[in-house]
Amino acid sequence: MSDVRRTYLFWIALSGAVGLSLWKADVRMNDLFAPDARSQMAAMVRSMFPPELAPSFLRSMITPTAETLQISVMGMAVAIAIGFPLSLLATATITWSGILHERYSSSSRGVGFVPYAVARSFLSILRSIPEVVWGLMFVRAVGLGPFAGVLAIGVAYGGMLGKVYSEILEGVNLRPAETLQASGASRLAVVTYGMLPAALPALASYTLYRWECAIRASAILGFVGAGGLGQQIELSLRMFNFHEVATLLLILWGFVFAVETLSAMVRRSLAR
Amino acid sequence: MNTPIFELTGVGKVFAHRQTTLENVSLVVGAGEQIAFIGSNGAGKTTLFRVLNLTFRPTSGTLRFEGADVANCRRTDLRRLRRRIGMIYQQQNLVGWLRVVHNVLAGHLGRWSTAKALWSLVRPQEVESAVEALARVGLSDKLYARTDTLSGGQQQRVAVARLLVQDPDVILADEPVSSVDPSLAEGIVRLLVDASRTDGKTLLTNLHSVDLALRFFPRIVAIRQGRVFFDLAPEKVTAEMLGMLYAGASADDTAPLAYERALSVAGALPPSRHP
Amino acid sequence: MEPPNGTMTQATLPVPTDGARSRWSWALTAGISALVVWSALGTRVEPSTILSVETLLAVVQYIARAFPPDLSSSFLAEVGSGVIETLAISVSGTFVAIVTGACLAVFAARTVVFGSIGDDGNTRFWLRALLTSTYLAARTMLSLLRTVPEMVWALLFVFAVGLGPFPGVLALGVHTAGVLGKLFSEVFEDVSSRPLEALQSCGASRITMFAYGVLPQALPQCIAYSLYRWEVSIRAAAILGFVGAGGLGQQIHLAINLFFEHQLLTLVAAIYVTVTIVDALSTALRRSLR
Repeated sequence: MSDVRRTYLFWIALSGAVGLSLWKADVRMNDLFAPDARSQMAAMVRSMFPPELAPSFLRSMITPTAETLQISVMGMAVAIAIGFPLSLLATATITWSGILHERYSSSSRGVGFVPYAVARSFLSILRSIPEVVWGLMFVRAVGLGPFAGVLAIGVAYGGMLGKVYSEILEGVNLRPAETLQASGASRLAVVTYGMLPAALPALASYTLYRWECAIRASAILGFVGAGGLGQQIELSLRMFNFHEVATLLLILWGFVFAVETLSAMVRRSLAR
Repeated sequence: MNTPIFELTGVGKVFAHRQTTLENVSLVVGAGEQIAFIGSNGAGKTTLFRVLNLTFRPTSGTLRFEGADVANCRRTDLRRLRRRIGMIYQQQNLVGWLRVVHNVLAGHLGRWSTAKALWSLVRPQEVESAVEALARVGLSDKLYARTDTLSGGQQQRVAVARLLVQDPDVILADEPVSSVDPSLAEGIVRLLVDASRTDGKTLLTNLHSVDLALRFFPRIVAIRQGRVFFDLAPEKVTAEMLGMLYAGASADDTAPLAYERALSVAGALPPSRHP
Repeated sequence: MEPPNGTMTQATLPVPTDGARSRWSWALTAGISALVVWSALGTRVEPSTILSVETLLAVVQYIARAFPPDLSSSFLAEVGSGVIETLAISVSGTFVAIVTGACLAVFAARTVVFGSIGDDGNTRFWLRALLTSTYLAARTMLSLLRTVPEMVWALLFVFAVGLGPFPGVLALGVHTAGVLGKLFSEVFEDVSSRPLEALQSCGASRITMFAYGVLPQALPQCIAYSLYRWEVSIRAAAILGFVGAGGLGQQIHLAINLFFEHQLLTLVAAIYVTVTIVDALSTALRRSLR
């Protein structure tokens, strides 16, 4: 019965935390449905229809859309370049623990622990700072435009990729690696031939998923001046041209939907 | 003569991909009878039971429940009829994550209003009925346990308890003991037969074990390739008949699984990832 | 990490057998390389630019200018309340998202909306049409909610209810509802159907079949998804302040515009700490569920 009591206590604590948050975040649901707010929102939605479909506008949106795609791709490229090497260091089974290191003395294992800890902390910093904040800082550092966006995504997503890659690698069956090491292969060969092949499908699948997120992130980064669709949305919003905003959102929607579908198909065929 | 509780006339069931699972089955079941169905895997027994418990509609022939044709029922009527027919499956009758008390009280779901049913999840209603049922199956101490902590045999007994709470007029048991330790199987079959005799419920059982069937049931119906092979009292069943019944039966123990897959291909079941 | 998989379509690319497989891989590699090169040109990014000394120097200089972080007690107090507000926004937003998402998910899960096993009884035509349109409407709504970025939602809600953390909560809630709703509906659809069949044979209605059969099976996975989304939400909550929706974002916006680099550094550190705490909490809670 104490199990039941524990469940009740848990729910009470949770409700308390939620209630406190709702209070602190000034959530006033009745204000949302007040006639004032409702008429505002209705006016906004009404002003979005019909979406701006003038061919000149649509044509001028091709470049920003392409730019968003490009930012996401380059961003992922940088992210992989940063995340992959770091993930190797951040995998415990590669650097210091597990069966590959059984033979070594604890002091040499301790030496292996240092890059592991450093890589992990570094990755943690990279991914715990939202990409928009990175974007802001990079815009200040290297100027407006897509380059800042690429760096922002590269850095933030590099952190995420690094962490998940290392988790995937740690989950890999070590038998092939063990065999390779036993026959005298170098550490690099052990990892490349013993661990990577098994991990590849999962790595690729997660990378594709992250790419989908990167496209959405690229669109948002435009808000802080990093180019692409986001910048266009911000411009149109500032000029209160909701027709254009509606079109841009539709473009974004179609874009994301297409990528989601494509990526799901590729991931499914990878899984076979 | 009382109206038979079930009357099947030429009942057939064909699934979308032309898999004829039942063909021309005619059967009369009187109220209060106990019948054991035997036959090899994939012979059509499970489909027959699903037709009897109103999950499937026969593609040909008529099924009468207490004299009334059940072919064209509205969903609400169907629900009411289903409440009077209780079913025990071979496995996965219960929701593992819920506590035993909720699983047992689920027997009331055909009677309770929606509001009461939902409230019962927070605060169990009519708990005495669950206590009583669990006592009858010998699991009184498990009232508030999480169902997935029980063994297979215990879970089947909880399923019987739920049946008792549901208090149907008919008990259908589809291989109730096939996934249970053989030493416990007899106990469960006895439970069902006693419940049937004491409360006057009709009991139709699907059994893998011919031995249990012959020992506990006064009427044996054999199904072979979707048809009724014989319908006799146990004394009249000979070894030769049994030989012919199970002849050509593959030792393929995965037959139930193949059956499930065939059904989901046929669109009769939503594809379940948990066969 | 649980990336959600699957979308509305069930199509796959045909995977060629052996001989053609290497050709397919080559084609894929070529395609990806072309994409990368095109993107590099478009964003005017060359390897030389990224690895160039100027870039590195610019970045390092920027970071160096920001040291030391502003640690004055008055500012720290501000940062502290910003952290609390951000946490509150993320929790409230996730809460709103769970409630809204779950409601939408119920109507967006095919097996729940149409949910009978086997014979359906004679459902009237108009009822069936109503169910189908509800299902489609729910799915479309979820897709819409999650495609519009949180920032845009935040801006819209700021117009509607004014500045402060409230529009942030709404924006987060609405966007995450789209994501969670889709994930929840997939969990609902993936649930084992045998216990549902057993409940139906007891005479349960569709609603009770859902409450007794689908929900208990789906709960652990739904909770895990919600906790995972909380980790994402806290990052979003930290930046929504940009458009006036409260939290640390608002302070960052100020610091950037006024070129207060030291304060910016403190704020970035504060975000790092907050995010790490939430990540750790979420992982711990998810682990205790197993």
